[in-house]
Amino acid sequence: MALEPLLNVRGISKSFNHNKVLKNVSFSLEKGKILGLVGENGAGKSTLMNILFGMTVIHETGGYEGTISIEGKKVRFASPFDALEAGIGMVHQEFSLIPGFTVTENIVLNRESTKYNFLVEAYGDRMKTLDRDDMDRRSREAIDKLKVGLDPAIAVSELPVGYKQFTEIAREIDKENTKILVLDEPTATLTESEAEILLDTMKRLAALGISIIFISHRLQEIMDVCDKIIVLRDGEVVDNTTPDETDIMSIATSMVGRDITTAFAGKGDREGNLGEVILQVEHLWVDMPGETVRDVSFQVREREIFGIGGLAGQGKLGITNGIMGMFPAGGSVFFLEGPIRLNDPTSPLEAGISAVYEDRRGVGLLMEEPISWNIIFTSLQMQERFLKPILGGLIKIRDESEIARSARDYIDMLNIKCLSENQRVQDLSGGNQQKVCLAKAFETKPRLLFVSEPTRGIDVGAKRMVLEALRKYNDEFGTTIVMVSSELEELRSICDRIAIIDSGRIAGILPASAPSTDFGVLMLGIDGREKKVV
Amino acid sequence: MNKKVDLLKHYLIQNAVPILFIVVSAFAIPISQFSGTYLVQEMLVRLSRNSFLVLSLLIPIMAGMGLNFGMVLGAMAGQIGLIFMSDWSVVGVPGVILAAIISTPLAIALGWLTGTILNLAKGREMVTSFILGFFMNGVYQLVVLYGFGSVVPMTNPAMVLSRGFGIRNVTNLEGIRKCLDNLMPLNIHGIDIPLATFLIIGLFCLFVLWFRGTKLGQDMRAVGQDMKVAGDAGIPVERTRLIAIIISTVLACYGQIIFLQNIGTMNTYNSHEQAGMFAIASLLVGGASVSRASIFNVFLGVVLFHLMFVVSPMAGKYLIGEAQLGEYFRVFVSYGIISLALVLHAWRRQKDRERARRSLRGAVEE
Repeated sequence: MALEPLLNVRGISKSFNHNKVLKNVSFSLEKGKILGLVGENGAGKSTLMNILFGMTVIHETGGYEGTISIEGKKVRFASPFDALEAGIGMVHQEFSLIPGFTVTENIVLNRESTKYNFLVEAYGDRMKTLDRDDMDRRSREAIDKLKVGLDPAIAVSELPVGYKQFTEIAREIDKENTKILVLDEPTATLTESEAEILLDTMKRLAALGISIIFISHRLQEIMDVCDKIIVLRDGEVVDNTTPDETDIMSIATSMVGRDITTAFAGKGDREGNLGEVILQVEHLWVDMPGETVRDVSFQVREREIFGIGGLAGQGKLGITNGIMGMFPAGGSVFFLEGPIRLNDPTSPLEAGISAVYEDRRGVGLLMEEPISWNIIFTSLQMQERFLKPILGGLIKIRDESEIARSARDYIDMLNIKCLSENQRVQDLSGGNQQKVCLAKAFETKPRLLFVSEPTRGIDVGAKRMVLEALRKYNDEFGTTIVMVSSELEELRSICDRIAIIDSGRIAGILPASAPSTDFGVLMLGIDGREKKVV
Repeated sequence: MNKKVDLLKHYLIQNAVPILFIVVSAFAIPISQFSGTYLVQEMLVRLSRNSFLVLSLLIPIMAGMGLNFGMVLGAMAGQIGLIFMSDWSVVGVPGVILAAIISTPLAIALGWLTGTILNLAKGREMVTSFILGFFMNGVYQLVVLYGFGSVVPMTNPAMVLSRGFGIRNVTNLEGIRKCLDNLMPLNIHGIDIPLATFLIIGLFCLFVLWFRGTKLGQDMRAVGQDMKVAGDAGIPVERTRLIAIIISTVLACYGQIIFLQNIGTMNTYNSHEQAGMFAIASLLVGGASVSRASIFNVFLGVVLFHLMFVVSPMAGKYLIGEAQLGEYFRVFVSYGIISLALVLHAWRRQKDRERARRSLRGAVEE
């Protein structure tokens, strides 16, 4: 091509503490084109955008290799303000809006039109008076370019989510020199119709000559609007293509990268083994920051291992936390016959539900106490076990020998590597801490066990051990298990059915034996509207 | 219909504090047997005396820093200016101006100190500035009790304690007493109106209104609502907050000078303490909250709070035969109001969060 591309990224590499997150990434973007950037969580998309936007975190961790040039000129941004100067506008997933300000005030935030007055001489430019008329004119102009019905005088806090997004985009457009617009998952929080308007808007902006980098998990949207598609996996560009040359399935395949035909590890016929419905969740919503659950309904049968998967931030962790009363929640949850009182952590525990949380240091363990104490703590508190009466039952004291015996049982059963049951939990490795968490949950003899991200941050060997322990426990005691995990393959290896959560709702529930492409399709919201429930 | 009830409820909750004060005053005024003329005169005096102090609180609230309990530092600066002024025996309006000139750099320095400290304690500005006020009170006492007359030379022996250093408990400000209030005498139906003071207050109100329309004012509002977003947009957050506190401290200093010129004597070691508490109570009585305050709140608050102040001892006397009870009541009320306003603020924020949570369930897609 004779024309110099607007943005040319060559050989970008970046590592955090010897951990290479980007390897030799190259791509280019021409004026007025839309580039789709896709990849799983942790594929390196955010790091790439952070480099492009000059975020200080990149400098603090030792900079990057490779070159970025804009209109043929090499650039190296020291701060986001440099990037803004060079014409890169970014709309983050989290809104950067002042809630009490009007749309206009937000669009021109810190770039307000001002008028001179005499106090400027004494106190400097910040004493200039605002020129409200000109601010209104500019915001109208920007909104007109978007062709959306946005009232410039309304307070942002009263806008629906989609319109907040438009306000942010309008702000970037109002910046006179914006050449490249980065939209990070702009449609994740939008309803379908809002997303459509946004996609139209993007096309219109591209026609005006603004180049767009569009990051999305929704592959259909990528296919619809992009001129070029780049697929990142483990920090590498694995596919650099155009919508005409590819289809959703092949993008999904190159994103996930694992052998999609991997056969489901057979577990024999478990169907006959499953009992009646034991847990029934209806229209659950949970206000967990970053993991909002909007409307989730599902049923779990007795002795089943039920998996909950989905991308980070879509709400899968919120489900466990909501049911266990850790975050404000609503809707209804029935366990066995009775309802569980939400927002009351003792209610599920009393009903025989236990949980192993994703945050084992924060919620799961008493780090400075010995292993034995950690294992029996919940049972002692909630079920008053491990107590023996003295003085004719007047008071109860801890039964130390019983506690030690129980702890030793679990140390053997789960193969916890430690000196003795009296060792403090903080001295154990991550995998062994996780086993203590499991032991603690097992010791309450739950009818139902929630396990969140049981293998996060532990090594491969320990992972297998943890999964096997869960499986064994389920087999031997018939305990129903609901397991939440980001790792699909892990879920598929031990679960009976798996629900995929997307935008706080269930995108579909499939048997674990379904091909992983089907799960990928649900996760990426390709046909999120059509709910598949088995 | 339900919506109307809901709106009414909302309105009543929002204005619970002023409504409570109006109701109590409505009962207390007839009992106190004060004449209307007397009350009007008294309210005008108190408006001229206190409004400026209360107005100095507006700008930090705009910048999201809550009630600036640190305004007592400004009051201290003002008092030090007044001590110098009376030591040098400058009287009348020139005296007031001299005191303001002396105390301005001091107030700026103290404001800078407060602002810097509050920037280290983001989100806990109120309690930090409250305790900072106590701490600086100690410094002020040290300086005035030991520094003046020893390190700082004093020319007027009548102001100094008999031991040779330290300022006496009461500083006489007879020289500037009501000089500002009587600068432009105006008397309507036997009611004296301190016109010059009101003009200054009026000018300052105009300044606040104008200030909101400046770039700096806009930045303060932005910082007040969301520091992170404002910072991301390139607004110098810490500097903006610092400026807000400095302005507030300097204004509190002027406010204290105006207050004391009306009173005519200065309680050297206590005047500033009351200044902060009463100004904040007045503002809250006027219906302001920790995060929102207007000029209207200031004047309504000063009138209602001081109406209660004037009326309740007499009402207590006629009702129970003891003025002490009314006195007790007004002190009790001023602290009660501050607590109530803080609780209401927390409660309202929780209600807002609940509303936000309801929207989380989102539109059900159909």
